[in-house]
Amino acid sequence: MSISLKHLTKHYNTTAAVDDVSAEIAHGSLTAVLGPSGSGKSTLLKLISGLESPDEGTVVIDGDDVTKLDPRYRDIGFCFQHYAPFRHMNVAKNVGFGLKVRKRSAKEIDARVRELLALVKLEHKAKSYPAQLSGGERQRMALARALAIEPRVLLLDEPFGALDAVVRAELRVWLKELHTQLQVTTVLVTHDQQEAMEVADQLIVMRSGRVVQSGHPLALYERPSSSFVHEFLGPTTIFAGEVIRPHDLELVSIYEGTHKGRITRIVLLGFEAHVTVELSEGTTTWIQLSRNELSKLGLRVALLVGVRRRGDLDD
Amino acid sequence: MSPAPSSWRRWPSRLSLPLLAGGGGALIVSYLSLIVLIPIAALVSHGLSVSVRTNGTGLEFWRWHVSIGLGAFWRAVTAVGARKAIWLSLWLSLSVASINAVMGVAIAWVLVRDRFIGKGLLEASIDLPFALPTIVAGVVLLALYGADSPIHVDLFETWMGLMMALLFVTLPFSVRAVQPVLASLDPEIEAAARTLGAGGVRTFFLVVLPSLWPAVLGGFGLAFARAIGEFGSISLIAGGIGRTTTASNYVYNLTQGFLWNDAASVSTALLLISLFVLISTGVWSRKYQRRTL
Amino acid sequence: MKNSRRWALRGVVLLYVGVLVGLPVLFLVLKAFSHGLGAFFAEITRPEALSALKLSLEVAAVAVPVNTVIGVGAAILVTRHHFAGKRFLDTIFDVPVAISPVIIGVALVLAYSRIGWFGAPLATWGIRVLFTPLGIALATMAVSLPYVLRSIVPVLLEIGTDQEQAARTLGAGRLRVFWHVTLPSIRWAVMYGVTLTLARTLGEFGAVLVVSGNISGVTQTLPIYIFDSWDQRFDVLGSYAGALVLALMSTLVLAVLALLRRRERKLSVDLA
Repeated sequence: MSISLKHLTKHYNTTAAVDDVSAEIAHGSLTAVLGPSGSGKSTLLKLISGLESPDEGTVVIDGDDVTKLDPRYRDIGFCFQHYAPFRHMNVAKNVGFGLKVRKRSAKEIDARVRELLALVKLEHKAKSYPAQLSGGERQRMALARALAIEPRVLLLDEPFGALDAVVRAELRVWLKELHTQLQVTTVLVTHDQQEAMEVADQLIVMRSGRVVQSGHPLALYERPSSSFVHEFLGPTTIFAGEVIRPHDLELVSIYEGTHKGRITRIVLLGFEAHVTVELSEGTTTWIQLSRNELSKLGLRVALLVGVRRRGDLDD
Repeated sequence: MSPAPSSWRRWPSRLSLPLLAGGGGALIVSYLSLIVLIPIAALVSHGLSVSVRTNGTGLEFWRWHVSIGLGAFWRAVTAVGARKAIWLSLWLSLSVASINAVMGVAIAWVLVRDRFIGKGLLEASIDLPFALPTIVAGVVLLALYGADSPIHVDLFETWMGLMMALLFVTLPFSVRAVQPVLASLDPEIEAAARTLGAGGVRTFFLVVLPSLWPAVLGGFGLAFARAIGEFGSISLIAGGIGRTTTASNYVYNLTQGFLWNDAASVSTALLLISLFVLISTGVWSRKYQRRTL
Repeated sequence: MKNSRRWALRGVVLLYVGVLVGLPVLFLVLKAFSHGLGAFFAEITRPEALSALKLSLEVAAVAVPVNTVIGVGAAILVTRHHFAGKRFLDTIFDVPVAISPVIIGVALVLAYSRIGWFGAPLATWGIRVLFTPLGIALATMAVSLPYVLRSIVPVLLEIGTDQEQAARTLGAGRLRVFWHVTLPSIRWAVMYGVTLTLARTLGEFGAVLVVSGNISGVTQTLPIYIFDSWDQRFDVLGSYAGALVLALMSTLVLAVLALLRRRERKLSVDLA
């Protein structure tokens, strides 16, 4: 089910939370809407779901103009950052809620709930209450609940934001696998660029209510259309007057580098190392390299080194 | 030369806490005994005709002989007047607490979710029955609904009149019990229900109300306890001794006739009823809370 | 929510509260001034009325501070310490509010008057409870017991011990912590509780009626005076006038409560 957004605008008081946003989301894709806080990405998601109505513009899902349609009838699944569990119902009843509202038979609900709980690996928690689940389990329940109604589109509003780093990483992988299995058109809102890069096959970057760039994640990473996108999607540093990725620089002997400088700081982060170099002209830059490279080069603080772009030859 | 804190300077503060807390605690316990515990004990003791005989010296309490005169208690409580009065108070309070439980939710909803000119007035008027002295309410309600009523109703010495007074007096309890809970409900939960296909009414009954239920029960308990004990506001509109004599009125009449032991007996019965309702609604609402938190 | 439904709910609620609360209030105001301002003032400056007012205020002057101190002390004990019987202590505070004031009056009589337990020994020390202001004070203290405690406890629980512990690590002794950290943080809650206590103290009727014997000029508080005017002397106007004065005091209380509530809301928003 493809989604087509045309010129969506939404104002809160005088500020435009979403300002003339148009986008095409392909059928079956996993699209990440990425941006800093206040960029309008959550509002955009709410507009797609119908939980907010736009001041201008249209939302078309699979050819149907749903702009004026109540969220009840849009056939969308929505997951919230804080899971929004129905606390007084157990997991099974939570997951079956949408089907109960649609007046399916008890037998049908039971079968479908069991199917979904197996899918999200929560079968053993069917009778537990949300208060007894961990954060990750609650979000999996929320997903199962949203999927129960067989939605055309799945919308996720910073679904992993409230979870700790380890669980977040696990769920990211799990979500990607789930999506590959189910092929439901999914739109994910996040401010975590690593999450977006890892999981999405289409990226929409937003800032101050507008779409800044959209396309395949790697394309945006390698060919950013603006410095904002460049800096938002990955680390940057300034070298020889231009903005460049720290892992596109390398450290060599003073004679081989295009610029010379002194190492002022070395930070070891697990697999990688960040080396800060104060260049002879006074500016500071940093280089990202692997621990192996670091130890092979035998670098230490206060050493004089040469810096050059990777792939640059002195010829 | 390091200024390490000397141990003697630490000593008083470590000791002062137990002293302070202990002393304060003792004071509080003494006060509570004076004001509540001893009077209630005296009440129940007189009500149940408890008598203690000490065989041997007074301090050997294993030799004390405690007898409870349930006969007198029973007689006082099952006297015709008492039976009617207690029954009246019971069903009046149950009805009033129930009506205000429903209206309390409605009023709380409007206060929390609606916006209109004059809402502040509504908010303030909810507290009025609580802040208003009961006798003032009694005078006004009698004047308004009594024999010379300007709106041409005569509820003097009728159950309807009693109900109006009790609804008035218990309103704040029902509303204020529910209001803060409603205000702190997570809006995402209702949004989730909407995306899953539930409309306003279904969302209310399937999702909102269950979350409110512990508070509604708590409010019901408070309203019931207040209603069953209410005296000032209904004493006037109830008129003379008869069909509209509530339990507290009955006890008062007994004291005017200097029948203190009978008054104590009926009071003890009422005390037990109030405590029972409070404890059971408390238990129920806590059970719900445990599940939903 | 659908517009029609919203209006329907609004209408039902406004009608209910309007009839139940608004009508009586309006009526009271009209009636009290029905014979003109002059008659109103004549009524409220009668010697019996004034002495009733005086007694009400004197009793309040005793009951409110006592219950405030006890309430604050008990609140701190209950929220910051653990001891056997804590729950029991907590429940006792709720007892006077959960039972009829008449029952409290009877209980006090059966404990401290001559027909009760301690009446005889107390009399030998010259202390009489029944038919005296002392009895009224006791009854009033009992019925207004928990309001300060109940106002403070949730606030104490919510702000937690972090601030107090920080103060202690900075070297403050327990008393200083209490005075400079704990008390200021519950300031508004204490005021709220005091206001409620005052309202209850001024308005108490049932318990005082039983204990006081309704002796004009000596043991009549303002509420008793109002009752007496109507019930015994059929002095309707006197009753209304007294009722209005009390009602005005209560409205003042209400206004203070509303202001405090708004203040508290503002404070909690700032902290969020």
